[in-house]
Amino acid sequence: MKVAGPMQLALDLPLHVADPCYILNPMVQFQRAHLDASFAALSDATRRGILERLGRADASITDLAEKFHMTLTGMKKHVGVLEQAGLVTTEKVGRVRTCKLGLRRLEEEAAWIERYRQLWDARFDELDKIVESLKREERVDGRKKRK
Amino acid sequence: MKNPTTVERKSERELVVTRTFHGPAHIVFEAWTKPELLKRWWAPKSCGISFISCEADVRTGGTYRFVFSHAASEQHMAFFGRYIEVTPHSRIVWTNEESADGAVSTVTFEEKGDKTLLVLHELYPSKQALDDAIASGSTSGAGEQFEQLDTLLVTLVRS
Repeated sequence: MKVAGPMQLALDLPLHVADPCYILNPMVQFQRAHLDASFAALSDATRRGILERLGRADASITDLAEKFHMTLTGMKKHVGVLEQAGLVTTEKVGRVRTCKLGLRRLEEEAAWIERYRQLWDARFDELDKIVESLKREERVDGRKKRK
Repeated sequence: MKNPTTVERKSERELVVTRTFHGPAHIVFEAWTKPELLKRWWAPKSCGISFISCEADVRTGGTYRFVFSHAASEQHMAFFGRYIEVTPHSRIVWTNEESADGAVSTVTFEEKGDKTLLVLHELYPSKQALDDAIASGSTSGAGEQFEQLDTLLVTLVRS
């Protein structure tokens, strides 16, 4: 396993990552990493063309490869860069991978709130166990005192 | 049976988390105020993070500092701040000072029969601060900088 610094980590994460713990990661590094990734993604004319294209309609990798006169492998690489920068999302249905522009802000907020809920839910599940054990201790202590 | 946890963005600046526990308020309060107990639930195992240290002087004017390691990162992370108000068994208010725009958090414990309703209220200094917290914890978008990028993208797409 390679050891990832915060920068690499951000870039390695797929856009749809649903890990509630993501929220606990150092925020600033992630902001910078995402911004770097976005500008790197935008520095290429083909990739800007892909975004423009997806702004009009969703498209499969095959469609995009044809439009831009590229090999499938080449197009997959470009889409991969855009995806890691959070500018494009892809979804595979059957054998076709469809690309669309990245998540809209409101959807992001809903997704963040759900991850945040999962984080607290995981904490509170552990807290439940502590409450149970403290209750048991109190009952034992109570019996001791009454004796 | 497990109780549901809810999270709601109540306003532009506020998040509210709720959960009911099967136990009296003094017990839930104890689990929030004794560092050795806090340590056992604040960093869920499923997250791959673990406490390196957990200092919490839970009384009005006291401070806390939680340091974690993360399986996926060499860097440690620290969460720290001050307790503005601590009222035994019913209410704790603290600051989150690891970022300049951190929220003020208030947790209340309300006993109802043999259960306790916990309400965690987080008030951010501004709408922008909460938007940024959401954006930076999201997998894309990062507050103001990304709004600028969005604008740029719209321009690119239209051109």
